[in-house]
Amino acid sequence: MIAEQLAGKRIAITGSTGFLGTALVERLIRSVPECELVLLVRPGKRSSPAERARREIFRNDAFSRLLADRGKDPFWAEIERRVTVIAGDISSDGLGLDAEGRELIAGCDLVMHSAATVSFDAPIDQAVEVNLLGPTRIVQTLQSLDANPHLVAVSTCYVAGNRRGSAPEQLLTDSPFHIEIDWRAEVQAARRFKGDFDAQSRDPERLRQYRRQARQDLGAAGTPLLAAKTEQLRQRWVDEQLVEAGRARAASLGWPDAYAYTKALAERALVESRGDVPVSIVRPSIIESSWSEPYPGWIKGFRMAEPIIISYARGLLKEFPGVPEGVIDVIPVDLVVAAIINVAAKGPEPDGSVGVTQVASGTRNPLRYRRLVDLTSTWFGDHPLYDEKGQPISVPEWSFPGRGAVERQLARVQRNLDWADKGLKRLPLRGPQALFNAQLEENKEQVERALDYVRIYGSYAECEALYGVENLVALHAGLPPGDAEAFGCDPAVIDWDHYVTGVHLPSVVEHARVKTRSEASDPDARTKRLRDRVLDPKRQLVAFDLENTIIASNVVFSYAWLATRRLPPRERALFTAKTVMEAPALLALDRRDRTDFLRHFYRRYDGASVAEMERLGPGLLADHILTKAYPAALRRVREHRRLGHRTLLITGALDIVVKPLGPLFDDVICAEMSQLGGRYTGELLNVPPTGEVRAQALRDYADANGFDLAESVAYADSSSDLPLLDAVGFPVAVNPETRLASLAIKRGWLIESWAKAPGGTDKALPFGPLPSRRRSRR
Amino acid sequence: MSSTARPRPRPGFVLDVDRSTPPILFHHGEGFRLERLPVGRSRVIYPSEPLAGLPDPDEAIRRALLEPIDDDPLPALLTPGMKLTIAFDDLSLPLPPMQRPDVRQRIIEAVLDLAAEAGVDDVHIIAALALHRRMTEPELRHAVGDRVYEAFAPHGLLYNHDAEDPDGMVILGTTDHGESVQMNKRAAESDLVIYVNINLVSMDGGWKSTATGLSGYAGVKAHHNVATMRHSRSFMDQDASELHRSNWRQGKIIKHHGPRIFQIETTLNTNTFGHDGPLAMLQKREWEWSLKDRAAFAAMQAGLKTMTGPARRRFFHAWRSPYELTSVQAGEVEAVHRKTTEMVYRQHLVPVEGQTDIVTMGLPYLCPYNVNSIMNPILVMVQGLGYFFNLYRGKPVVREGGVLIMSHPTPWEFHPVHHPSYIDFFEQVLADTTDPVEIEQKYEKQFAEDEWYRHLYRTSYAYHGVHPFYMWYWGSHAMEYLGQIIVVGGDPRAVRRLGFKPASTLQDALEMASDVVGPRPTVTHLHNPPILMADVS
Repeated sequence: MIAEQLAGKRIAITGSTGFLGTALVERLIRSVPECELVLLVRPGKRSSPAERARREIFRNDAFSRLLADRGKDPFWAEIERRVTVIAGDISSDGLGLDAEGRELIAGCDLVMHSAATVSFDAPIDQAVEVNLLGPTRIVQTLQSLDANPHLVAVSTCYVAGNRRGSAPEQLLTDSPFHIEIDWRAEVQAARRFKGDFDAQSRDPERLRQYRRQARQDLGAAGTPLLAAKTEQLRQRWVDEQLVEAGRARAASLGWPDAYAYTKALAERALVESRGDVPVSIVRPSIIESSWSEPYPGWIKGFRMAEPIIISYARGLLKEFPGVPEGVIDVIPVDLVVAAIINVAAKGPEPDGSVGVTQVASGTRNPLRYRRLVDLTSTWFGDHPLYDEKGQPISVPEWSFPGRGAVERQLARVQRNLDWADKGLKRLPLRGPQALFNAQLEENKEQVERALDYVRIYGSYAECEALYGVENLVALHAGLPPGDAEAFGCDPAVIDWDHYVTGVHLPSVVEHARVKTRSEASDPDARTKRLRDRVLDPKRQLVAFDLENTIIASNVVFSYAWLATRRLPPRERALFTAKTVMEAPALLALDRRDRTDFLRHFYRRYDGASVAEMERLGPGLLADHILTKAYPAALRRVREHRRLGHRTLLITGALDIVVKPLGPLFDDVICAEMSQLGGRYTGELLNVPPTGEVRAQALRDYADANGFDLAESVAYADSSSDLPLLDAVGFPVAVNPETRLASLAIKRGWLIESWAKAPGGTDKALPFGPLPSRRRSRR
Repeated sequence: MSSTARPRPRPGFVLDVDRSTPPILFHHGEGFRLERLPVGRSRVIYPSEPLAGLPDPDEAIRRALLEPIDDDPLPALLTPGMKLTIAFDDLSLPLPPMQRPDVRQRIIEAVLDLAAEAGVDDVHIIAALALHRRMTEPELRHAVGDRVYEAFAPHGLLYNHDAEDPDGMVILGTTDHGESVQMNKRAAESDLVIYVNINLVSMDGGWKSTATGLSGYAGVKAHHNVATMRHSRSFMDQDASELHRSNWRQGKIIKHHGPRIFQIETTLNTNTFGHDGPLAMLQKREWEWSLKDRAAFAAMQAGLKTMTGPARRRFFHAWRSPYELTSVQAGEVEAVHRKTTEMVYRQHLVPVEGQTDIVTMGLPYLCPYNVNSIMNPILVMVQGLGYFFNLYRGKPVVREGGVLIMSHPTPWEFHPVHHPSYIDFFEQVLADTTDPVEIEQKYEKQFAEDEWYRHLYRTSYAYHGVHPFYMWYWGSHAMEYLGQIIVVGGDPRAVRRLGFKPASTLQDALEMASDVVGPRPTVTHLHNPPILMADVS
């Protein structure tokens, strides 16, 4: 009996937070009651390995069955007793173990290695470090500890490469199709790639290009944010090159992608460097949701086939490549787990060779691609997903064109959307139109994703290799009757029709959080939820931008109102002409640098009488500010105040203009002008709070008054306000222009569309009213 | 003045609609509709024709000041070194504003002449606007005249009442019903307050002038509430008005604890649109329209169609009515007001026999709270349910559980400067509930004490934060009494927000009404303005 064979053993497991790893841990705990587990878990950014294990492994619903069987406290007590979590990282030499970890590993009887980057389009350096070198690092570490536990390494069937015909359970070097490659040279090349691309990315012309792109994406967001974005773009470029390099290298050697390529070399490296460590290799094909254990349809994470299935059900994937009569080799996760445990229980090959077991369904119990597509299409016909209006989505009919045709079609759509997007981004749109543009950008991303699926996964649907499973079947056959149920691993048990329609699809749909009932989703529900968070009494400080956030006006308009208030009609005409002529230059300056623009523009107030400006204040409020204000904004400020939040107006507008709005806020930070002898000088006393200066002013204010910015809110309208919005925990985009709208949608920020009071007078030119004339009595 | 040359004005009149009745004029905001009413079961109440104006208004004013009712002649009350305050009715009276010279200007000039003769030099002139918006410079100039404005305003001696000035208000006492009596401090500390009134409708004047006009939230809330309004049936009928009784109780406190009041009340005729001129047909009966009237009306309709909304608004709001003074009386508040009321009734009352199932009304572009402004949906409600519905004595024109149909475009529009709290009331409060009692309990305090509204009321030109609530209370008697309220030709969204039913035509509205009042209901149309008050027996 397997439970007895493994009783008392200490088993180390890598990759336990993954899909396969979690299933493995669950099965060992439930079905091998006498074993002990040592889990190597990489420390998270903010959480220790033990916390990660608790959250990502034991709280997963894989354990719901065990939890129900044992009860809550006994369950956790058992985990505590049988499981040790240690920090470990297979991408670093020595596995990143501390002394205690090394001792624990040295005492293990078995090591199950299932850690890998399963992303098929990982950058080549990452794939090499983790997938290729991972197993070798494990045996080297064991050798340095003088330990010889049985290592069961998980690989993949696809190491056989893109070929038709049978691929038996043998080492790659024993295959007639074997190509001689030096894995060490591949490692060196991958590492060199990283250095080369990094150097290339720092080329001055490239850096300028990233900067231009950043400016296009963010607008005048201020130096620090633009710098951060530029650097992000540079790193993304390097990553993209590394992904492409991996894909190209894999393709050149006949593997579908970097994953299979690095896994294949990993087997070779492992065989070469294993020394005295006994090694067995288990090669699953495409692992999908479970057939029966811990319960039918259990799945973790959104994996390979799932996004494709959901995209298809949403009607987004109009076509997908594949050979209709070909075999799609899918294997339920619980069969893979059983196979690994079988291999472990059986122990190393007696002759010291490396045993290979493939866990695949293609030869034993094939599922034809057309059958899969038909089953899926019928099932979604009966159980459609629904769009946001509550209408069922009908799934497309696939005609199985070649991969090239699908890629070309998608690329065409992508190009068109790209053009539309670029064109629209140049338009100065706000509010609903800007939101429409942002929606367009989302569509573009969906098409990009679809294209990625086709590029990455298309080759799997087109793969026609047949994976032999004699060893697997023999393992199953050798099981004593009592174990056949708990550890059976013969793919013949799978009833594909039932698996696809009764197990897998329902599970995928459930996990994808998609609409499965015909009810129109409330488009406002999300907004309302976000708004409730913003209006939570727990928020502390609320910062507001002024222009286009609270009033539909700007510094030029306010100035025009003040300047014309006392002008007779003829001089107004002159003033208008002059301002219109200057407008393009002013606009260009504003786009380049807001601070320079303000400094330049405020010179106009040079010589203005302080007393006169103060006298005009109330008129400015009534005639200019209130008619241009968004009533919903004024209401929102006061709502925050009622909730006990501190409200702060933070704007580059002048104090003269802002003063009438003062009573609306608890505090105001604005531009102030110096005075001399009762007149303004046109020079500012401080750097006007715009861009990053505004974010800093907010930080200083929060520090001085003891507020936590993570619990604070900011309202602003433009991407030049990004530093301000980024500084707080709850940013709100008000009537955003396109760039900010798409950012806000992506980042899940609340978006408010506020309008001026309907019916308010809208003057084309923001002039003060004419001085009232004396009228004769009778 | 040509009034003497005109034929003797005919009294109000109730027309039974028959086959020969021409389409009836319905005011419809900044426009008009001609509607046919169901034959054989409809009637139209027409107002009395404008009474003849006084031939020499200035002489009449002088006589009233020198020969007051139950009081000493004004010169006897004026002494050198005294503190004199002249308070006058604000922008909300009369409607529409009258042609220059405004009657307030005539009176204030006359009073100032007497004060100057008596050597009084401490004079303040205050626009008694209570919680209404402040008047702008042109509006003040229009009311008091340029001469008075220029002599007083630059020195800070002519100004708007500020009910939220923390140092500017006093409490004079409390009535035996527990009502606070609040007054402008300058007025309260004066040796004499001369109140200059324009009594447009029977609700105005008397103690309401000083007890409400010079008061603030603390004093006004004593009677501007749902309970008082629901017990005023109607508030236009002093004998049946709890609003009136409350103001009179407050008046008693003013009489004993406040300054001496010298009340000057005036009544105007209903010469709203002129005997001739572009709008003259609006105060004629349709079957008496001359060819010229018909042509003028058709031309106006065509012209209005080409105009944008704001242009139409400017066109109508520029109208100044050629009202004529029909009486002026001065002296002791209550005695003066009895005479005034009599004059108002003489002009407004139209005897009407019995109630009907449905009352229809065409609402004009103007109500007391949107002079030079926008008639927002809440003001549409108050114009229909507050003012027109309540213009009755005895019992309402429509039976209890009946239907009120009013015609107005009811656009979802607000003046951002004048009505900021209305916007929030409409967007926030009415979105929650339209029940006056619930609104009063849940929201009034928050709006009344809002710092921002207070700031706008005091420094800008905004109605007080609590004002939209009073509008809603004004309509509470009608809302409780009626079975259904339908708005014809209104913005459906805005109408539904008010809690009413929208209908695109009068015929649709009558169909909808029959669900409530049964088939073949009787209909009464109030042909207002010019103003009429139904004396229902």
